[in-house]
Amino acid sequence: MLELARVSKRFGGLSVLQDVSFTVPEGKVFGLIGPNGAGKTTVFNLITGLIAPSGGTIRFKGQDLPGRQPHRITRLGLARTFQNIRIFKEMTLIENVIVGMHAHLGYGVPGWLLSLPGFRQQERKARERAHELLSWVGLDRKAGDIADNLSYGEQRKLELARALATEPKLLLLDEPVAGMNSGEKVELMAGITQITQRGYTIFMIEHDMRFVMGLCERIAVLNFGRIIAEGTPDQIKSDPAVIEAYLGREDDEVTV
Amino acid sequence: MLEQQLVNALSLGCVYALFALGFTLVFGVLGVINLSHGAIFMLGAYAALEVVTRLALPLWIGLIVALLVAGTVGLLIDVLVLRPLRARNAPHLIPMIATIGIGIFFNSAVQGIFGAENLRFPSEAMPDAQLHFGGVQVSVLELVIIVLSFALMGTLMLVMKKTQLGRALRAIAESPKAAALLGINVEGLFFLTSFTAAALGGISGVLIALYSNAVFPLMGQPILHKGIAVIILGGMGDIRGALVGGLFLGFAEVLAVAYIGSTMRDAIAFGLLFLVLLVRPQGIFGKLLERKA
Amino acid sequence: MEWFDNFWAVYSNLVLTIGINALLALSIWLTLSCGLLAMANAAFMGIGAYTASLLTMNAGASFPVALLGGIAAPVAAALIIGAPTLRLSGVYLAMATLGFGEVVRVMILNADTWTGGALGLNGIPQLTQWWHVVAALVLVLLLLWRLRRSRIGRAFEAIKEDQIAASLMGIGVMAHKMLAFALGAGIAGLAGALNAHLTFFIGPSEFGFDRGVDILTMAILGGTGGLSGPVLGAAIITLLPELLRSFKDFRLMLNGAILVLIVLFLPKGIWDPMRLRQWFGRAGVR
Repeated sequence: MLELARVSKRFGGLSVLQDVSFTVPEGKVFGLIGPNGAGKTTVFNLITGLIAPSGGTIRFKGQDLPGRQPHRITRLGLARTFQNIRIFKEMTLIENVIVGMHAHLGYGVPGWLLSLPGFRQQERKARERAHELLSWVGLDRKAGDIADNLSYGEQRKLELARALATEPKLLLLDEPVAGMNSGEKVELMAGITQITQRGYTIFMIEHDMRFVMGLCERIAVLNFGRIIAEGTPDQIKSDPAVIEAYLGREDDEVTV
Repeated sequence: MLEQQLVNALSLGCVYALFALGFTLVFGVLGVINLSHGAIFMLGAYAALEVVTRLALPLWIGLIVALLVAGTVGLLIDVLVLRPLRARNAPHLIPMIATIGIGIFFNSAVQGIFGAENLRFPSEAMPDAQLHFGGVQVSVLELVIIVLSFALMGTLMLVMKKTQLGRALRAIAESPKAAALLGINVEGLFFLTSFTAAALGGISGVLIALYSNAVFPLMGQPILHKGIAVIILGGMGDIRGALVGGLFLGFAEVLAVAYIGSTMRDAIAFGLLFLVLLVRPQGIFGKLLERKA
Repeated sequence: MEWFDNFWAVYSNLVLTIGINALLALSIWLTLSCGLLAMANAAFMGIGAYTASLLTMNAGASFPVALLGGIAAPVAAALIIGAPTLRLSGVYLAMATLGFGEVVRVMILNADTWTGGALGLNGIPQLTQWWHVVAALVLVLLLLWRLRRSRIGRAFEAIKEDQIAASLMGIGVMAHKMLAFALGAGIAGLAGALNAHLTFFIGPSEFGFDRGVDILTMAILGGTGGLSGPVLGAAIITLLPELLRSFKDFRLMLNGAILVLIVLFLPKGIWDPMRLRQWFGRAGVR
């Protein structure tokens, strides 16, 4: 579904990514792992059009992504959450989610100006869908709350619901469980499994090995800007290059 | 002829640069666009005027008083208005709006007290000797302006580059929070910067007042607008930018008036500003990145 | 009714000015609601005023046509300068638009064969009736109210909070900013056209930095949380000089002081639904 081929990125003289190639298969959960600073978020930024690659190609369902504006890439069916949570803090939960539906609300100027039936109906449907998505992440009872009042873990879930609102085919999750406690992680794991069962493809970046190994069907490993391994969780666990990359790093749990 | 124009341009450019310097210092270190800088400029001019006319003291004392008065006003603005806003983490446009109010306040206050007419320095107080370098006539006033400006700018650049104080200020300009963690007395340096920037503004006010022999309540406004153009041209928050931008504007204006016509004078600054923003919004020396907290 | 006739004879100009200022305050509210601090609306007002006046005076156009011209010209200007300047953010945008305002002012000064230069345009036909202003205000309020409730209004709010996140929600950020900017320009131009045909004289100094500051003050003072704020702010700022008439020269001083005090103590302006709710005890969420 998503193909990166020989992607590279340089900032000035610094080479952040080199010869990165992998494929995210449709309908599965794909994980990208690697030590801090390996370049994982840069990969997401390249895919979503926030920065341009220095070389290589990125294709989504056969279409070239580089050169397109971020909002057009989203409209192709790619949605994303952020490592450092970028919800709209001053809006309510339900408003946050409805913003995600922006591209799918098809009414024109007469519609909203004169409050025509078509407008009202679409807005009502949007609201219903937003409630539905919030319930998928267990936040429906707080729909009217201001987003800033949520706990950290709840804000991450809100971001997920909002990303789903864009009706993506592929969901890019940047460290979806960072900062959560074990209970929340388990909850989110179940939530993501349910989402996959509904047909969404998921591509996530994560540090938590247990989470990644438990959810992902295929994993790629990035180290110092290069892919050093790609395969099933079992293959990755026993790959010598991977073990070496993680050896001596205290932050991640290597043994799973 | 040309050399004469160049001298005029140089002295005008120096005054613009001095004004812009204060302006850009506040932006660079405090992160605030201080739109009351024009009013501070004007207050310096009035302070010097009062000293010379009412107290009949020599001009150089007037200059020092202007420096102190303007600096104090700048400091008070920081302590009374900008600091509470900092404490509240107000988004950066809010302090700018407050300084707009302060500028209006001072402009009208002075107008109310002194009236709107153009006041002049008494002719005895003004240096009127002319010096001759080669074929060029340079008034003592212009010479003082040029020498004083370069001395001040040079000192400032030296401080910023070579002293501990300068390093601390540059650290704050990058990130006040990080600087505080390094043990730098950020608030104290904010106060110092506000005072110094305002003092520079006050001095440039006196110099322009002497150069054009006019002191009136709204004299700071056109300069403020040009100051904005200068620091955008040179790069906001960068001292070299204020210098280069100010000199550039001085030259552009004088040469435009000499060879095109005086009506276009004000348009020059903004025409340039516009072009810069279209082509290179960060200016000559500036950076496009918003600074970290 | 005689009481009303007397009142109207004396205060009609004042009331209509409040209406026109309300339009201006709403025009800047619109851009602020998209996160843009664009200080060019005074210049757009001037472009609208001059265009409409020249249409009625020199081209013999009817009032509606002149008003349309007064809206179209600033919108065109906004679309032209919008593309390069709206890429800038925060303070750079504020500076750029301030600069644009000055450019316009100087251009008006220099095009004196048309605009009368520094002396301004005199003898503009006084075509503005009270109902023009009321109709304009009502229409604009309606437009902005409906806009807020549509996906466009939500998009504006999202852009204001976090541009990048908004773009990743499928919102075309640049297009929306241009919309806010151009629509704000049109509203300001309408206000300018109506004003010119009320005061029958306009000059370049009316559309400069000071006017821009006034407009911003009205919006910030009144409160940018909702549509009532700018209208309230406009009313106060217009009435204040009348009430402070005895202060004469010092009334601007008060203007400045009020601005500072509002910024310090009432950061969200007077009309702040959340603070009012706190004061009047209605707890709970939106």
